[in-house]
Amino acid sequence: MLLSALIFLPIASALLVLVLGETQQRARQIALTAAIAELALALVAFVGYDTGSGGYQFTERFDWISAFNIQYLLAMDGLSAPMVLLNGILGLAAVLVSWNVKDRPNQYYMWLLLLQGAVMGVFVSLDLVLFFVFWELELVPMFFLISSWGTGRREYSAMKFLIFTFLGSAFMLAAMLTLYFSMPSGERTFDIMALVGRDMANLLVPTWLIFAGFLIAFAVKLPMFPLHTWLPDAHTDAPTAVSVMLAGVLLKMGGYGLLRINAGLFPEQMADFASPLSIIAVVSVLYGAFIVMRQTDLKRMVAYSSVSHMGFVTLGIASVAGTGTSLSSVGMNGAALQLFTHGTITGLLFVVVGLIYERTHTRHIPDMGGLAKQMPLIALGFMVAGLASLGLPTTSGFVAELLIFLGTFQVFGLATALAAFGVVLAAGYILWTAQRTLFGPSMARWGSLTDARPVDVAAMLVLIIPIFVVGLYPSVLTDVFAVGIDPIMAGFSLVGFGG
Amino acid sequence: MNIGIRDLFLISPELSVIVLAIIVVSLDLAVRRKGVVIAVAVIGLLVPMVAGVSVWSDIRTTGADTAFNGALVVDEFALYFKFLTVTVLALLFLSSSEYASRFHPFQAEFYGLLLLSSAGLMLLPAAGDLITVYISLELASLPVIALAAYNKTRLKSLEAGLKYLMLSAVSSAVLLYGFAFLYGATGTLQLVSFDPAIPAIGQMLMNGESSIPFGGVAVMVGVVLVVAGFGFKLSIVPFQMWTPDVYEGAPTPVAAYLAVASKAAAFAVVLRVFYTGLDPVASDWSLLFAVLAAITMTVGNVIAIAQTNVKRLLGYSAIAQAGYLLMGVAAYVGSGPDPELGIEAVLFYLAGYAAMNMTAFFVVMAVTNRTGDETIDGLAGMGRRAPLLAALLGLALLSLTGIPPTVGFIGKLFLFNAAINADMLWLAVIGLLNSVLSAYYYLSVVRVMYLRESDNPIRITLPLYAWAALAVTSCAILVLGLWPGGLLEVARQAALNLV
Repeated sequence: MLLSALIFLPIASALLVLVLGETQQRARQIALTAAIAELALALVAFVGYDTGSGGYQFTERFDWISAFNIQYLLAMDGLSAPMVLLNGILGLAAVLVSWNVKDRPNQYYMWLLLLQGAVMGVFVSLDLVLFFVFWELELVPMFFLISSWGTGRREYSAMKFLIFTFLGSAFMLAAMLTLYFSMPSGERTFDIMALVGRDMANLLVPTWLIFAGFLIAFAVKLPMFPLHTWLPDAHTDAPTAVSVMLAGVLLKMGGYGLLRINAGLFPEQMADFASPLSIIAVVSVLYGAFIVMRQTDLKRMVAYSSVSHMGFVTLGIASVAGTGTSLSSVGMNGAALQLFTHGTITGLLFVVVGLIYERTHTRHIPDMGGLAKQMPLIALGFMVAGLASLGLPTTSGFVAELLIFLGTFQVFGLATALAAFGVVLAAGYILWTAQRTLFGPSMARWGSLTDARPVDVAAMLVLIIPIFVVGLYPSVLTDVFAVGIDPIMAGFSLVGFGG
Repeated sequence: MNIGIRDLFLISPELSVIVLAIIVVSLDLAVRRKGVVIAVAVIGLLVPMVAGVSVWSDIRTTGADTAFNGALVVDEFALYFKFLTVTVLALLFLSSSEYASRFHPFQAEFYGLLLLSSAGLMLLPAAGDLITVYISLELASLPVIALAAYNKTRLKSLEAGLKYLMLSAVSSAVLLYGFAFLYGATGTLQLVSFDPAIPAIGQMLMNGESSIPFGGVAVMVGVVLVVAGFGFKLSIVPFQMWTPDVYEGAPTPVAAYLAVASKAAAFAVVLRVFYTGLDPVASDWSLLFAVLAAITMTVGNVIAIAQTNVKRLLGYSAIAQAGYLLMGVAAYVGSGPDPELGIEAVLFYLAGYAAMNMTAFFVVMAVTNRTGDETIDGLAGMGRRAPLLAALLGLALLSLTGIPPTVGFIGKLFLFNAAINADMLWLAVIGLLNSVLSAYYYLSVVRVMYLRESDNPIRITLPLYAWAALAVTSCAILVLGLWPGGLLEVARQAALNLV
């Protein structure tokens, strides 16, 4: 029942906060309690996952719609356990940075908690239809959060986000239903556990079409170039907490889906598609990084850096096409780790940008300067996030990117070299931005700004701790991820790769 | 031909509805207080319910039965729609009592006409021969003409009535013409006797016998004319022109009645005629329906985007929804695997559609009744002025879009399943893309409710019984979305009568 509790604790708290949270004080008390409890539950699940025995644990299986063999099937494996933890961490950070929300606080926290619950559902569902239900469920809170509590062109951005994701998931639904009806009558199932290792030849349509259906949905979410255009808009206009959740966990759903479904169920197609995927990855990395340079809006800058960093994830996943050489899971492990680390690092970046915006009421970089004098703590947070983002050793960003490059170099040498250039660019834009906003001559107009309050420090610490823990002792995550990645790799060797 | 007690027992639900209509109208002459009339109408609907249950328990044990020498077929399929019609009618009475007070002193006739029309709707799905089809259809349509023009002082209402009258007459003529061809080709009016008659013609044609070439052609012409005739009631493209005009002009309860009850019965009779009568030529009409489905949903959704009147929007939405439903009709697999999937999906979706569309209409009725403003912009500020009503309309619109965990999602899932099972992946993909398209205009309404402020101070209140009706329909959206298994099983049992 642990996994159900993980999903329904935030959802139940959402209803509670809607009814009882009329005042801001009460609403954030309830939301904070719920978020802390959720993080505690996530920690219990993460620590309780036994890497020794591996496989799927905490399984819950009930018939949901028996006519189509649709089940309420929850389970956690090495791939989902860190994602569950990540969602717990980011959920708490999101509540903490929302401390000052005054407009309809009860509805705001309701949507935020619903969002967390839905994302949790995505990470622990092992029935395709249930996975899809949670995947879609997350759209509604996002739509309301961006359009009602956002800034700028919030309505446009909310609608764009919704239409992009919805369009992607339409292809996913078509793919999963076709897959279901391709199986002989008695063996039809949506159960991912049972589908792993099935022969995916002789379907109703060519297998690559089904593969592509899933790929499009996840590529939109990740996002991969050229399907990324919704992301900068959504990020820019979303309230801080929503940017944190969006960068921290929602994008990760795309990477998670690629690993769980595209690589897990269709190893053959994945391997065939690895080369084009590596090209898309490199383009995402470099294009994202170059665009960042041109941005004058802090949030847009972080948003495009996400596009760039998610390119590393794609590259790591593409590295499985190691035909000829011995199959190595290093790149894929790196990709999975990058999902987690980018979640915490970019989450922290958005927290810091949000704190700055709250004080200066601008995100226009040229208007800022010397902020470190007035707000040293926030500046410190920015520097931690920035340095982790550019991959400084001792931070988690370094470990993930190193693993990805180690894994891909033997397979796609040129692509890796080009992508590594993205790290150089990252160093450039991060340091340049820090210099322009935090340092340099201080401006008179910012003289009266105050530094972070305790609650802001708490929000930053929630994210800084995992950055350093994973940076200094990566095995805490990589050992768990490895347990989840190994079965996927086994699928690749079954279809003759790396033999 | 002798009519026995058993025949009367089998049509007791319809008889009791007609008797109730007479009682309601005559009671109005004797009683001054209109509330009594409404109470009698609503409570009186328990009689056909009970009659329906007793017929149902009877045929559960003895199997499907026919009445009046095969003119009526009483099976679970027919009963499914009787229950649906009576339920819809009861909810409609509850919610529209306030609206109907404007018809003073002709409220009782309003209810009486609705009751008479629904007696026709209850007979339609049970039709065993073409004569019954036609008579039931006219019984259902003629009162609606008067009802559509019931706002006698409003020009648009009169226009709606006249439009419905003209197009109803034309479509009936086309339908009759088609029936004449079918009768000429097969020599029988009974649907069950079509089966043997039609293949004989096909066989003769195949053998190259030139003596009766007329028969084969006649069946084809008949099928096309029948599709056209029914197409009007189903409001499928290109017979949809009347729908938005009548929905806009007619009193809102009548529009809701047309959109929900009338449409359900029309789908029922189409399923009955085509699946039991014309299945030998299924390969022809199933493709015809598939193409019409694709065109209908696309046209409905595209034009809906441009609407500014909320009732017209619901009209175009009804056209698009008819397109989705038509997918299920088109998904004929004959002796293939799971032949009941298409019918079952249509039956399930019709019930879910009734819940979500009635919720939408009830809220719109409540709001426009107070404000007198039928534009979408008139809904501005609903999120603050009437938070509960806004939330319910939002729920209904999300369900119409097909976002989980609502019945709209599950219902569409079943329809797509049926299409893919019938080897019509292309149709399912078009349906999915249409869902994305529809998200835009459904959510635009949500956007107006929550993001536009209004200086209109009118608070929207509802009488208790209208709240009761809304509670039933909106709970049904969620309950059927979360636990669809029960209703699906009922729909399956009903569907099995036709395959």
